[in-house]
Amino acid sequence: MLSRLSAGAFRKAALGASRNTPRSSSVRFASSNASASAFESVMSSRATLASVSLFTAGTVAWYTHLYGSLPFVGEVHASHLSDEGLHPASYPWPHKGILDSFDHASIRRGYQVYREVCAACHSLDRIAWRNLVGVSHTVDEARTMAEEVEYTDGPNSEGEMFQRPGKLADYMPAPYPNEEAARASNGGAYPPDLSLIIKARHGGADYVFSLLTGYIDPPAGVEIREGMNYNPFFPGGAISMARVLFDGLVEYDDGTPATTSQMAKDVVEFLSWAAEPEHDERKKTGIKAVIIMSTLFALSLYVKRFKWNVIKNRKITYSPPVDKTH
Amino acid sequence: MALSNTIYNAVFKRNSVFVTTIFIGAFAFGIGFDTGVQKFWDSYNKGKQWKDIRHKYVQES
Repeated sequence: MLSRLSAGAFRKAALGASRNTPRSSSVRFASSNASASAFESVMSSRATLASVSLFTAGTVAWYTHLYGSLPFVGEVHASHLSDEGLHPASYPWPHKGILDSFDHASIRRGYQVYREVCAACHSLDRIAWRNLVGVSHTVDEARTMAEEVEYTDGPNSEGEMFQRPGKLADYMPAPYPNEEAARASNGGAYPPDLSLIIKARHGGADYVFSLLTGYIDPPAGVEIREGMNYNPFFPGGAISMARVLFDGLVEYDDGTPATTSQMAKDVVEFLSWAAEPEHDERKKTGIKAVIIMSTLFALSLYVKRFKWNVIKNRKITYSPPVDKTH
Repeated sequence: MALSNTIYNAVFKRNSVFVTTIFIGAFAFGIGFDTGVQKFWDSYNKGKQWKDIRHKYVQES
């Protein structure tokens, strides 16, 4: 269908404009006339040209994706590879595929890890107690957890601020009142808010999981300043945060053994939900959108060809005027 | 041919019938399609969603 005209047909048609009618019709149907060999017609077809170009572009793109630079073109960097951070491995997250939801049992365990380990230093400002309801906890559980925290409210009718127990509408309490206090308690480094950390870091869930489980002794020759810790996944290698996850640190309600990697996986699942709470609904809507759009697309292709059938199959004839004067 | 005629006479001929059919059809498709995708989603993600684990934590269950 695409190669109804051969690639050289336009040139031939231009050259043959001054020639008589039978010649130009043989030009129009050049790809189907007997004089062109099968090899010639394949080589001069537009489909061949398009597919070979696509193949070339595809192999170059594939190489670049695999090796990070264009083939045959060398690269020089002014930086060291450790400045990028070690690239994390690709883990089989429960929510990885386009049809996969979060593992909500893992989100629940991850919240427990956040609350018992991470909340000492990291805030989670964008999550309120009510956000947990229907995701990882029941309404009563969330309300009970909120009530254990004191919040400052007011002013009351006397004009004073007062303390009250938390309610579902309140947001997760922050460990420090401000950034300065956070820095002062952590050797000048600010433990970032974790509400969006999975989206905010290159590598996402894979990166955060690798970071939490990636604390090792610095290799020979690498000097880490006093107070810093070596982590190959952190850009530059020297991170302020020390390793915090150790086997058995938390006791899970559902009896899951709390190994370092289990806790890291659960807390990352929780943080993935915190960064993208719309995730499950988004993927479900995506399934509906893809089905409907591809159906409509297929229908539109058919309707277009149906309507255009009249034009595509019309025949135009030309009868040159007869010269009556001579 | 006879089927096309039957459908034309029954649905497309009178605009009031045509429009009504579209409204009812859209309503039915909307509910049916949503239910179908929801069922698929629930079965593909069995055990992972909150509704699959909430029975462990709800008090009056």
